[in-house]
Parts: sequence; structure tokens; C-alpha cells
Amino acid sequence: MASANSSFVRTEAIPAMPPPRSESGWLGWLRGNLLSSPINIALTLASLWLLYLVVPPLVSFLLLDAIWTGQNRDACLATADRPHVGACWPFVWERINFFVYGFYPANQRWRVDLFFVALGIGVVWLLSRHIPYKKLGAIYFFIVMPIISMILLVGFPPLGLRYVETALWGGVLVTVVVSAVGIVFSLPLGIILALGRRSKMPAVRLLSLIFIEFVRGVPLITVLFMASVMLPLFVPESWSPDKLLRALIGVALFAAAYMAEVVRAGLQGVPRGQYEGAEALGLGYWKMMGLIILPQALRITIPNIVNSNIALFKDTTLVFIVGIFDFLRTIEVARIDPKWATPVTSTTGYAFAAIFYFTCCWMMSRYARGVERRLVTRHRRGR
Amino acid sequence: MADARGQMRPTISPLNDPRWRSAIVQIVLCLVVVWLAYAAISNAADNLARARIASGFDFWTSTAGFDISQTLIPYTTQSTYGRAFWVGLLNTLLVSALGIIFATIIGFIIGILQLSRNVLVSRLAAGYVEIIRNLPLLLQLLFWYNAVLKALPNLRESLTIPGGAVLNNRGLFLPKPIWGADMMVVLAAFGLGLVAAIAYHIWARRRQALTGRQYPVLTVSLLLILALPMAVFAGLGFPVSFEHPEMGRFNVRGGIEILPEFAALLFGLSLYTAAFIAEVVRAGVQSVSHGQTEAAYSLGLRPGPTLRLIVIPQAMRVIVPPLTNQYLNLTKNSTLAVAIGYPDLVQVFTGTVLNQTGQAVEVVVITMAVYLTISLVTSGLMHLYSQRFALRER
Repeated sequence: MASANSSFVRTEAIPAMPPPRSESGWLGWLRGNLLSSPINIALTLASLWLLYLVVPPLVSFLLLDAIWTGQNRDACLATADRPHVGACWPFVWERINFFVYGFYPANQRWRVDLFFVALGIGVVWLLSRHIPYKKLGAIYFFIVMPIISMILLVGFPPLGLRYVETALWGGVLVTVVVSAVGIVFSLPLGIILALGRRSKMPAVRLLSLIFIEFVRGVPLITVLFMASVMLPLFVPESWSPDKLLRALIGVALFAAAYMAEVVRAGLQGVPRGQYEGAEALGLGYWKMMGLIILPQALRITIPNIVNSNIALFKDTTLVFIVGIFDFLRTIEVARIDPKWATPVTSTTGYAFAAIFYFTCCWMMSRYARGVERRLVTRHRRGR
Repeated sequence: MADARGQMRPTISPLNDPRWRSAIVQIVLCLVVVWLAYAAISNAADNLARARIASGFDFWTSTAGFDISQTLIPYTTQSTYGRAFWVGLLNTLLVSALGIIFATIIGFIIGILQLSRNVLVSRLAAGYVEIIRNLPLLLQLLFWYNAVLKALPNLRESLTIPGGAVLNNRGLFLPKPIWGADMMVVLAAFGLGLVAAIAYHIWARRRQALTGRQYPVLTVSLLLILALPMAVFAGLGFPVSFEHPEMGRFNVRGGIEILPEFAALLFGLSLYTAAFIAEVVRAGVQSVSHGQTEAAYSLGLRPGPTLRLIVIPQAMRVIVPPLTNQYLNLTKNSTLAVAIGYPDLVQVFTGTVLNQTGQAVEVVVITMAVYLTISLVTSGLMHLYSQRFALRER
């Protein structure tokens, strides 16, 4: 038997050979992923062609051929030595205040800025993992902040803030106000509706069910029409709510019905043992829900809540149709202004709006996905 | 009070008895709801009387007096409001039905491409989904309508497309086919081919069950359904003529007119919903575990039949419920037509009819009832479907 000291037996391992060049590195990746079969090659070529069709024109419109400075439409017209004109950015710069504040009086705009800051603090407080005192944060976001914002935006003469009527509000301000009101009111309302739908009391269950299914069965536009033309009929004439408030009521009710279904899914995700455990400890209904069930249910539904807020944020553009001056409406108004009338003005306005909406929605969806991943891993580790 | 063993139960104050409590809560809630409804109705009656607005549905039969740009059934300015309602409803159904077809086709393609092992392709498909889903539909519709279709050349500089179609910023005008009398024969041949294909399919299935032999069902069916009527069509000497759109001074006359509003709405809705359908399809296919595919391969099935017989039937169970939900969303989103002036139900009825009659309550209630009916019928059918195809576990 050959032993370790035989001269023909190697005493050390042969170093591993590098994999063949065609199987590793970028070449191998290319072969494995993009060129593995004739169909794949065709798909790769088609994708490259599609990218070639879309990307260069987009880049040249938004950046390379774009106009960056100018005073009026003359800057953005095609001339003999500049046949291709891209986006007309000076139009956006000049109108940026209009896009953000609408017709809000110029010397009062700091109040809007302060409102954005107050809202931002609330959002970061609630969403960031590193900031403690979430309960205080929730009180701030759902109670303190709405009151402060109301005082700031509408005005409160005793504090020297003069009254600004909502017809002057516009732009990003209105978009943010509508989505914030939708979010702030829809979550508590949605929780109540979801609990109602799972209640043991038949009358409560039936009323919640009718409300949820009714609102989810009709388009948002009809809800907004109902709020804007029917609501004034249903209240005494002296109360007649103003236009923005009507739209806000419509959006809040609509969002609440969708939120109720999201929360209900979360409630169904809590195991029965948790309910039984809470009951065995002698907790009453509200203590059981508030201390045991809802904290778990809401935690697993955070991604869905954020997703439904993304949908709500996109849907706020519909208030445009009942005559509210939201961000998209300001773009629509500005793009037909004769001062900036060029063939590229509309596209520039829409591109600006698209960048705004995409950035907001994309950040929210990234957040939702991050939370989802964290929840999944925590779940896995627990087992 | 005594229970079964004849022992006395402890007496509880009604305030703490769950049954009493729930009864009281429910009664109070019902009273509040009834009171709210009563207050709303009496306020509405007051307000309507003060504004001298008629109530009731008498307006349904009075003359509308406005024109509608796209009508599927005969309609003139002399028609009634009721007729206008049907025109609007049919326009809504038309754009929804076509939108559902296109969105399904695009959505399935993109959803499957997202699962491709080709990184470039899957990333591109995912990018499409990400971009479309994160932009408001209204913005997309306005873009297609105002920035793309309205920017087409005007009437004088209309583009003529080979085949006799005309394209300008007033719409797309296609040649209108005028069918000859012999067309009935071609139609009959088509029907015959369809029946024959179904019969062949059944026969081939029985034969395969008996003998194990497979028959080329797809090829034969295609030949019967498509080639047979085409052959008859050619044999009869193409009994069809076209009415070409003619350029007038102020308008295009003749042909089939496709409004830019319609095109923008259809385009926007299809592309938007396709992104959501793609996600539904991706999730559905991923929900079928890989073991199913491996088991099919070890039984000797090839990739094609594996997909057709094993993966797709299981994926469809997961896909269909959210898919119908997307169809409903598309139908509801078609109400955005009002923003670009396509005469759908909301634009015609909640827009023009409401403004002319002022009968807000009746008009909004009718409109909501239409959408609610569509939703409830669809979710009822879905309930039946999921009961029929639910996974039967032991």
C-alpha cells in the first residue's frame, strides 16, 4: 500500500484550476444569460433595439437638446441653426412657485413651507426605524399635526395668521393636503370599518359591509361627484362646505373603504391563538384589540398600507376633474399659457409632472419593499 | 336563571352582560344611521324646493338637445336623455371591452418576459411595470391625448397611410368595408369550420384515450377555422368593396372614424392595466412550485406540454381572481374619459346631463348603480369560480 512518504504520492493538494474563460467572468455571464439559445439571442437583440429606440431620444429630449435658460417662448422655439428642441426647462423654473403653491398669497407662503416641514417630521418619525417614541409620533401625526396644519394653512386671525381661502390653494400644496388628509383619516376609519366587518354584532357587520362594498364598487370620480354635487344638498344650506372640503370628504371616505380591506387582511393574518390567549387573560374587546391583535396585524400590513397610500397619492390627481387646483391642474393651466406656447411646452410640463409623481411613488414603494423584506426575515429567524 | 344542572347562574348587571351590551350598541347605531338618513333626505327636499329643481325621473324622456361625438346606436340632438344614457353606457362598455383584450395580451406577454432567464429582457419588462405603475393614470392619459395625438399634423397636412387610411389630429380614418351578398356563404363556411374543429377535437381526444396516439389538433383546427373561410372567400371572388375616407375642405368624410379621445383612452388604459396584469401573471406563475415542473419532466413530458398541462392550469387558479379585479379597475378607470372628452357614461351623463337638468341626486345615483351592478355581478361570478376551482385538500 502506498503510504504518505512514497515519493510518487503528492503530499499537497493540486491548486484548483481557474474555470474555463467561456464559463466564467463577464463572457460566461453573457453566454449564460443573454445568448444561451437562438430565441434568447433574438430576445436580446430585440431588447437592445428597443433600448436604442427609447433611451437616446429620451436623453436628448430631457438633457442634451434641452433649453436651460430663457425669458419666454422665443428661447424654446426651433430655429435654423437649432432644428431639434428638447425640453423647455425655463418654463418650469419660471412657474415653479405656481406649481408648488398655486395662488397662495406670496407673502404667506412661509406658512405652506412650515406645513411641509411639520408633515415631513411626522412621516419620518413614524416610518424610520431609528427614532423611538412611536406612540408619541402617532399622536403627533394623527392629532397634533392636523390641527397645526389647519391653523397654518387656513389661518387663525388671533395669532396674526390671516385667513387664506381654499380657492387660492393649489399645486403640490393641494396634492399633499389631499393625500395627507386621505392617509390621516383613512387609517383610523379603516381600522374601525375592518373591526366592524369582523364584529359579532349583525347590525354593525352589515353596515360596515355595505359601506365597504359600495365604495369599492364605484369609481372614485363618481364618489367625488357625489361629494361635490350631492353633499351640499344633504346638509342645511347654512353649512354648505367649501369645494376643497367636499373633495377631501370624498377622498377620505373612498380611501377608508380600501384601507378597511387592507387592515382586514392583516387581522386575518393574526393566528387564532392570539385572540384566545388574550381572552384567557381576561382582556375585554378593546384591550384585546388595542394591546394584542392590532399591533401585530398592523405590523404585518405596513407594506400593504404603504401600497394603498401610493394608489391614493396617484388618485389625488382625480380631484382635478371636480375643479380643484391640484399639481396636475396647475401644469394643465400653465402649459397653455401663450407666453410659453411652443410645440414642446406640453411635453415639458408632463415630463416635470412625471418626474415628481414617479419620485414620490417610487420612494414609497421602495420603503414598502424594505419593510416587507425585514418582516419576512424576522419571521424566518423566529422559527 | 338555571342551567342544565339546575344550578343558579351568578346574576350580572345588564350593563356588563355582553348580550345586552351588543343589543344596545346595535340599536343606538341603527337609530343614528336612520336619523342621519332622515336629516339628509329632509335637507335635500328643502334645498331642492328652494332651488326649484324638479325631482324624480321625468327628465329621462325629455329631449336632450346636445350632440355626442361617438355613438354606437342612432342618436341625434332630438333624442331623449334616456337615449343619451344608453349611448354613454355603450361607449363605456366598448372602451372597457377593447381595453381588457389589449391589456390582457400585453400584460401576459410582459409578465412572462419578466420571468425570462435573459437578464436584459426581464429587467426591461420589470422597468416597464415599475414606470407605468408609479405614474398616475390621468397624467398618462393627458400625455397621450395632448402631447402625442393632438400634436399630429392638422387636416391640411394629413398623413395618408398605405391602404387608404388617413391620420390627422382629428383622428384616424380607416376604409370602411362594404360586404357583398355572398358574404353570408363565407360566414356559413366559418361556422361550419368552427363546428368541424370542435368535433375533431373531441374525436381526437377519445382516440388518444383509447389508443394513445396523438393527433395534430392545433394544425387541423387552424386549417378548418381560418383557411376554409378564406378559401371560400377567395373562391367567390372577394365579395367586398371599401369606402375610402375622402378629404373634404373642413373635414374627412366617409370611412370609419376613430376619435383621438377614444384612441388615447384605449391606449392609456391598456398600457396602464397591462402593467398590473403583468405583476398578477408573474406572481401566479411563481406560485407554482418548481417541484411540479420537475415531476412533469420525470414523467417524460416535454417543456411545451409541461407548461400547457401542468404549470398553466395551476397558475390560472392564482391568476384569475386578481385578474378580474384588474378588469374591474379598468372599467372603473375608464371614467377618466371625462378629462379628455371621450363621451363615456360619466362624461355624457354625470357631466352634460347633470349640468343641463341639475338633478344631481338622480343622475349620480343612476351612474353609481351602473358601476355597482357591474362590480357586484363580476364579484359574484368570481365567487362561483373560486368555489368551483378551489384547491381540494384532504
